Amino acid sequence: MSQVNRLREGGRIDRARRLNFTFNGKRYQGHAGDTLASALLANGVDIVNRSFKYSRPRGIVAAGAEEPNALIQLGSTEATQVPNVRATQQALFEGLTAQSTNGWPNVQRDVMSLVGKLGGRFMPPGFYYKTFMAPASMWMTYEKFIRKGAGLGRSPMERDPDIYDHLNQHCDLLVIGAGPVGLAAALTAARTGARVILADEQEEMGGSLLDSRETLNGQPASQWVAQVLEELAGLDNVTLLPRTTAHGYHDHHFVTLHERRTEHLGETAPLAAGVRPARSRLHRVRAGQVLLATGAHERPLVYAGNDVPGNLVAGAVSTYIRRYGVVPGNKLVLSVSNDHAYRAALDWDEAGREVVAIVDARPAPDGELVEQARDRGLRVITGSAVLEAKGSTRVSGARIATIDTATFTVTGQAETLACDTIASSGGYSPVIHLASHTGARPTWNDEVLGFVPSLVKGVHAAGSARGIHDLAEGLADGMAKACEALAELGKSAEVIALPQVEARREGVACALYQVPHEKPTLRAPKQFVDMQNDVTAAAIELATREGFESIEHVKRYTAMGFGTDQGKLGNINGMAIAARCLGKSIPEVGTTVFRPNYTPVTFGAIAGRHCRDLFDPERYTAMHQWHVEHGAEFEEVGQWKRPWYFPQSVNGKQETMHEAVARECLAVREKVGILDASTLGKIDIQGPDAREFLNRIYTNKWAKLAVGRARYGLMCKDDGMLMDDGTTSCLGENHFLMTTTTGGAAGVMEWLELWHQTEWPELNVTFTSVTDHWATMTITGPEARNLLAEITDIDLARDRFKFMDWREGKVAEVPARVFRISFTGELAYEINVQANYALHVWKTLFQHGEKYGLTPYGTETMHVLRAEKGFIIAGQDTDGSVTPEDLGMQWAVGYDKPYSWVGKRALSRSDTRRIDRKQLVGLKPKDPTVVLEEGAQIVFDPDHAIPMPMVGHVTSSYYSPTLQSGFALAVVKGGQSRMGQTVYLPMADGKTHAAEIVGPIFYDPKGERQHV
Amino acid sequence: MFHIYCPYCEEYREEEEFHPKGQAHIARPADPEACTDEQWGDYLFFRDNPRGIHHELWVHAVGCRKFFNITRNTVSYEILETYKMGEQPRFTAEYPEGKPDEQVAAEKVAAEAAGVERQEGVKA
Repeated sequence: MSQVNRLREGGRIDRARRLNFTFNGKRYQGHAGDTLASALLANGVDIVNRSFKYSRPRGIVAAGAEEPNALIQLGSTEATQVPNVRATQQALFEGLTAQSTNGWPNVQRDVMSLVGKLGGRFMPPGFYYKTFMAPASMWMTYEKFIRKGAGLGRSPMERDPDIYDHLNQHCDLLVIGAGPVGLAAALTAARTGARVILADEQEEMGGSLLDSRETLNGQPASQWVAQVLEELAGLDNVTLLPRTTAHGYHDHHFVTLHERRTEHLGETAPLAAGVRPARSRLHRVRAGQVLLATGAHERPLVYAGNDVPGNLVAGAVSTYIRRYGVVPGNKLVLSVSNDHAYRAALDWDEAGREVVAIVDARPAPDGELVEQARDRGLRVITGSAVLEAKGSTRVSGARIATIDTATFTVTGQAETLACDTIASSGGYSPVIHLASHTGARPTWNDEVLGFVPSLVKGVHAAGSARGIHDLAEGLADGMAKACEALAELGKSAEVIALPQVEARREGVACALYQVPHEKPTLRAPKQFVDMQNDVTAAAIELATREGFESIEHVKRYTAMGFGTDQGKLGNINGMAIAARCLGKSIPEVGTTVFRPNYTPVTFGAIAGRHCRDLFDPERYTAMHQWHVEHGAEFEEVGQWKRPWYFPQSVNGKQETMHEAVARECLAVREKVGILDASTLGKIDIQGPDAREFLNRIYTNKWAKLAVGRARYGLMCKDDGMLMDDGTTSCLGENHFLMTTTTGGAAGVMEWLELWHQTEWPELNVTFTSVTDHWATMTITGPEARNLLAEITDIDLARDRFKFMDWREGKVAEVPARVFRISFTGELAYEINVQANYALHVWKTLFQHGEKYGLTPYGTETMHVLRAEKGFIIAGQDTDGSVTPEDLGMQWAVGYDKPYSWVGKRALSRSDTRRIDRKQLVGLKPKDPTVVLEEGAQIVFDPDHAIPMPMVGHVTSSYYSPTLQSGFALAVVKGGQSRMGQTVYLPMADGKTHAAEIVGPIFYDPKGERQHV
Repeated sequence: MFHIYCPYCEEYREEEEFHPKGQAHIARPADPEACTDEQWGDYLFFRDNPRGIHHELWVHAVGCRKFFNITRNTVSYEILETYKMGEQPRFTAEYPEGKPDEQVAAEKVAAEAAGVERQEGVKA
């Protein structure tokens, strides 16, 4: 098909460059400078999509970000799919391949439209809620089909070949929008030397000036645009960002800008000198001041059949003709409420096509543009509007009649005008989205006939964005607001010479949103308000009748302004209709809140480089490489990679985790094992009040801990609940080393600082995190002493280096601190060396360890061994609702310490004194082959009717190769006084396990083995 | 994302460097054992949720590690001031436009005196 609607001349396209593209499998041609939308219109493509709910054929309505219908799926390969691209915002490039987002099997013949036609009446607002609610279990099934039928685009299933960048930016003034107002503002600020960023979402900067009929300084407006941009581009203090959407306004002038760097060149970033540049950038701008020159969106009128292809907003008609050299039809009927929209008819007429009539809702329009139209002999019908568009896949006629806007009635006999295009304009809504993101509620302005932004400090709006639509006034406003913004920064700006604009007398616009129809709204043919979400005037009326009075409720019930649309075209009309139905004024009804993002941002841009290997930081211990070389499987603990277990090859077969853990456990219990414990948090505490601080922050006593000794400590929040545990060693009279759980390290550090800085600043004590400074390796098992003795000068004699002692000396020739602490219940030494020596010490231990059967073990074996001993893991066996008493650890609570330590008072609250609190116990499954599920709920009576009273849950559960049985730790209501009782664990698969409540220590209950 | 002035670093930094720690000026009762359960429960669990001016405790977690206070408007999210531990806010619900200078000065003197007393208490 040739470009039937392309004008012979005019527009800003490059006619010498023809570009081939494919839409819904058909090949077309356009020109460089086209958007996909203008190229489709040039080729006479009417239907570009099917609507969301009713599957009605839809055409292009607008020319920019506000386009509700022309959502396309971009991409010729799986990896390059991009959903929900507005055809009006996608620049044409050679080979562009796109499809409609909706429509099955295709947009021309859509099966779902039958449902829409037959069922339209049966799909009132809230339809999905009402119809698919029961049974609740079926919702997932319904949703799958509804989604498929609705079609919201799809994400690529293959890896994205492109890369994306994040840039942090700072500036004095961020100007958003490079139309006349934004350019005037940017130029004013730039000339003062202030750092300025000017961002504009379109392919070219200039905004409305690119298709304006106005002249500036007696020349076409686009010339002034070129001059200003040339000056700005030459200034070092100015950053110009075209193709850049300010999509979110966050707190304190933090604005995110999405710069599409290569989307206009191809579906992946074209290689430049063999390197693939970033496809897009996300600029994270912290601006001193922000100026919104975001312009306005023209409101279409709401009339019957206003969604049939061939219905456009008036300004879009002008844009397509003047900027792209495309007339989107042959015979135009224009329905307006204001002067400005007359441009569409003048442009259409100049393009040499027929203007059937201009239908003006005002009884006596008399502005300059109206006169121009009359002078050209165009038929202007006053006091009237288009009631209904005729046609199904393309407009075939317009029914017009005189109307009374005050009483919302059709007053005359309708006349049908034959036409193929209806353009409408109900006025101009300031683009207040970004201002709304700040949380400031916009206010209705009766003169503007729109909501104008309320502004938080440091944010300014100028021109159309605050309802000043006149070009000369807008330019002056841009300059004035830039001066105000700079003044707030303490900078003064000089007035710049603004271009001369021809004065133009404009008549007053009238308020018209929904056009009345002969039939009441509920019976009239569909009058669409929000085309993207298929919300009709009738739906809004029905919602108000069903009792939804708050506009926020109406929005949610009808879906108006949802999704990627965010109510750009429809919201004001919808609110006006709700106001009429409720008998209120628009300001009384108010507006809903626009949310980020203004238009969709690709996940690639949001993720930037924070993906794949760089998604989350990984922390490695000094021995990591050794673990990798020895085949460790890793577990993530916080950001640490910890060896989970070390599977070995036995007779050519890789061990399972179960087999590896059994082997590692028995090695520790019978010989000696080694664990990389470097990830434990370590905090160096110094100062004359260090001991007093420990007394206050831990539950147990520290007054008498001698130099050379270590003690296990419990840390509670002030509500008495355990938050962390670990050993702390006395290194000197005023010097202690605290250890924390791996995951709790940073939190405990902050916790100590919190208490020191806010409650006890008088204590002279300091805290330093030394987690990364020291590497820790634990050797544990009956042979541990024999092994260590071979490579240390420390006296290991059992009566001179006792359990819970620590000693300083050399291990493998390097300085070390050795702590005789056991987390396995066996004889154990925790060797701490400077991290850069650690691999050497580790390897030396293995050189000497073979004869003792030294076996590396990971976190899984560590868990089994500690659980056999009833040693808890804070955060696994506790969850922020467990006191030391619930754990049966009264032995670690200093009830008679002089200072009321953190958590003490709470232990005597009525709630913490309850006897039916969940308490830590051991569980012995009746069937020793059963390993209970962690998290499984416990009941006393398995025959109780459902819902059964749940009395606790399993916190840790493993198979013990030593005991040759499954075993578990659990919390059970009143558990400590229920020893020997049987509890039950009903499982999801219908089985019920029985288990006996026992003490939490399963192995060596007297603790003899760690004292050898 | 907030832009927060750390009163210790004396610089504006991004919110990513800070952690919020709840309502400011929640003093732990001097003698917890003398509190009733209700009083202790109030201290532990009950916090204000004002519309408007709110005093919050924050920590410059990945900066200087210092705790400090922020006076923030919970509607506009505007941060009216940040101030060090032990200092009193200038902007309060009573004085949304800021306290008079002489009152601020008097409060500062009182706070310093209390700090000295506390330090001497420890030494004694």
